[in-house]
Amino acid sequence: MATESIKYLAPDSENKAKTQVFPRPGQHTTGLVDWLTTIDHKKIGLMYGMTALFFLIVGGLEALLIRSQLWDHNMDVLTNRQYNQMFTMHGTTMVFLVIMPLSAAFFNFIMPLQIGARDVAFPRMNALSLWCFVGGGLILNLSWFFTGGSPAIGWFGYAPLTDTRFAEVIGDMGPDFWIFSLQILGVASLLASFNFITTIINMRAPGMTMMRLPVFTWMTLIVSFLIILAFPAITIALVELMFDRTYGTNFYDFLEGGKPHLWQHLFWIFGHPEVYILILPAMGIVSEVIPVFSRKPLFGYGLVIFSGAIIGFMGFAVWSHHMFTTGMGVVATSAFAMLTMLIAIPTGVKIFNWIGTMWGGRIRFDTPMLFALGFITMFMIGGFTGIMHSSVPIDAQHQDSYFVVAHFHYVLIGGALFGLFCGFYFWLPKMTGRMLNEKLGKFVFTLMFLGFNLTFFPMHYLGMIGQPRRTHTYNEGHGFETWNQIATIGAFILGVGIVIGIYQFVTAFFNKKLKPAGKNPWDARTLEWALSSPVKEYNFARTPIIKARDQAWENNYGPRENHAEKEPLDDHGVHMPDRSWWPLVTALGLFGLAMGMLFHRTIDPSGELVRDYTVPILAGSVAIIGMIMWALEGPGGYHLFPKENDE
Amino acid sequence: MSDASAHALEHHEPVTSTGIPNKKVLMWAFLGSDCMFFGTLISTHLIYRKISATVGGNFLDIRDVFDIELTSFSTFILLASSLFMALGVSAIHKGNLKSMRWMLFGTIIFGAIFLACQVYEFTHFIHAPGNELTLSTYRGEPHVFGSTFYVLTGTHGTHVAIGVFWLIGWLAYSFTGKMSVAHALDIEICGLYWHFVDIVWIIIFPVIYLMEYAL
Ligand code: HEM
Ligand SMILES: [Cu+2]
Repeated sequence: MATESIKYLAPDSENKAKTQVFPRPGQHTTGLVDWLTTIDHKKIGLMYGMTALFFLIVGGLEALLIRSQLWDHNMDVLTNRQYNQMFTMHGTTMVFLVIMPLSAAFFNFIMPLQIGARDVAFPRMNALSLWCFVGGGLILNLSWFFTGGSPAIGWFGYAPLTDTRFAEVIGDMGPDFWIFSLQILGVASLLASFNFITTIINMRAPGMTMMRLPVFTWMTLIVSFLIILAFPAITIALVELMFDRTYGTNFYDFLEGGKPHLWQHLFWIFGHPEVYILILPAMGIVSEVIPVFSRKPLFGYGLVIFSGAIIGFMGFAVWSHHMFTTGMGVVATSAFAMLTMLIAIPTGVKIFNWIGTMWGGRIRFDTPMLFALGFITMFMIGGFTGIMHSSVPIDAQHQDSYFVVAHFHYVLIGGALFGLFCGFYFWLPKMTGRMLNEKLGKFVFTLMFLGFNLTFFPMHYLGMIGQPRRTHTYNEGHGFETWNQIATIGAFILGVGIVIGIYQFVTAFFNKKLKPAGKNPWDARTLEWALSSPVKEYNFARTPIIKARDQAWENNYGPRENHAEKEPLDDHGVHMPDRSWWPLVTALGLFGLAMGMLFHRTIDPSGELVRDYTVPILAGSVAIIGMIMWALEGPGGYHLFPKENDE
Repeated sequence: MSDASAHALEHHEPVTSTGIPNKKVLMWAFLGSDCMFFGTLISTHLIYRKISATVGGNFLDIRDVFDIELTSFSTFILLASSLFMALGVSAIHKGNLKSMRWMLFGTIIFGAIFLACQVYEFTHFIHAPGNELTLSTYRGEPHVFGSTFYVLTGTHGTHVAIGVFWLIGWLAYSFTGKMSVAHALDIEICGLYWHFVDIVWIIIFPVIYLMEYAL
């Protein structure tokens, strides 16, 4: 590497060294310790991405089991309870362990590069978010091994399915695992969002005004705000549910005065913003990709951002469209129907902006662009069905039928997942320094596109002719078989496509035969493309001084005065914060706390309930000690000295 | 010299785009989020409070359980603690470590008194003779008021307790000899949190307690 480094020793470093239980890993750490203690946003982003891709396979296998069970009438691949567990785990996994962390992977890796920052604002907190995500994912999937197995309550966990008295298996722990896993994942998402908000507001390079921010960064900001405002609703709902199940409170217990209806409200107050949390990052990615492959600036930059913000804002005011059939009363129902129809407008605006961007452009059909086009078309179909069920009488027909399943898979796979795959094909060359194989990429796109439509298009029809969702089988004579079989075949094709895609992403890091990418293989527009590929550990050797939107493009094609400048080399060097063990320790403490709470109750021989808080207290202390040591060790750091012309 | 011992750098607060320190933006974002936490809890309570009979038919007049004099006193104490907190922040800004210590100490004590009142209140309510209000029952029969009330006020109490321990941490740190005006920001952020928790109580007290006497 063309850098040398000097270690600085502050006056109190002797003391610091003494207070350390684990020696702090130094600058040249490699291997496993490096990955466990890293606080570099790029490595954290990669770990988010790889873990999420792993969970994509897990969730995908669950989906294939569901599809196998529905192959024909009265199949016995899964029992009814196993079927319920499968769709619960599938939904929860895909939402919280796949789409959200894949988005977080790009937020982490790309956003700081797009705004010219050294790292996120709080690098160690960023590592804590990552480890909490991993811990939460683990807890959810550990549920398979304990009493009752995995939760069988749906990803929405409707009361009173979660009531202990109605459990199919005595002492069923599934819902408890679900609750604690979502709480830990909530911590991960909240911390990450505080971090991203601070980073985008505060760590922009000089000249990078808000209205010069790349659209993807804007969407990161909006999604982060959605997360910090929407997650509290489900966190509290889960706390209340935890109290109901653990300490016998009556929040959702209709036999003792509670109202299950309240759960639905709290869940969807979170749940609807959540669907925008899932889709806006993908919209951000597509808004970066389409201009690049059309060789035109984004049409209506301001409008795209503004409609993103409006979508986010209105997303808080439409939750009850998931509850049209619960009998909320005419006024509430009509108001929510109207707002739901309105929210489709800013969504449509974005679609027109993407089309406007392509209009008259010189379009190249590389893999990222194919996925972006797939995104637009598939997302539109999902949007149309969404507008259809914003109409109350129509929704009364759709509710709980396969039509709704078709709707949300068009927005979640055709939308979010295609958008995220688009992001991989677009940015992996920046991450690995090598181009992906275009032919293989196009093959993956073809498989996914065909498989996806084959699976989910028939579901519109199945829903219309009455196949209910969340039901483990159907009887003969309804005419459901053929379309279900087509859907199942499609699902396997989609699965193969996804697996090849994942294989391609993972091998991109090792396959030395791939062509080197160079700085800017796509002739792309935003700041990260002005850096070398792969990006150096310090990101920017010299802080860029931003002169225009689409800075990388302006550097190459813009007028002289729009070329970015760079701040002079600082003889202090680039300050790199030190690695740390404490985020991992703190996350382990939280993980132990959750596991301890899950198992703190036992029944003694006389049948009495015994509560033993030893493990939760010990694990909680580990978390607290982790945080105290974290505070005491400080950011630390070392300096790197890139040369004048390093990027 | 080992790699591990060679780290601590002279660390300046980095220049930020807005001029507001990162930690402060973080705290504001957290407080925004925390509003939604309490908003959800308070809504839950308000939705349920009109359900005033147990499943068995015992009518709950919460005034038979509440001890409004005690709660008014502890409310006053918590409000007063905010004054100490503000004075503490101002002291460290002026570099007056000694005064800051006293003010933090006052905040901690008042916070602790508030918590003690809450513990007393909870035990008192649970054992109120003839009117026992527990997490799940009223007079031994299922009722929701206890659930929403204890979880809401308990969450607030947890916030106060976290604040107290946080301040104790800084008070202890101030005796290590490493504390200076450079830490004013950290104390200020503690202060933001403390005042916020206080403001939440200013909402809880009228909405959860006083309203029961008015409506
Ligand atoms: C044009 C914008 C949209 C409208 C008007 C809309 C409307 C609706 C409505 C009314 C329902 C309730 C259907 C029912 O249960 O009867 C629904 C369900 C759903 N929507 Fe959308 N939607 C839109 C976009 C999206 C997006 C972008 C996503 C996610 C990325 C999404 C994800 C979902 C999910 C997951 C469900 C099912 C939830 C469940 O019951 O488990 N929707 N949508
Ligand atoms: Cu919705």
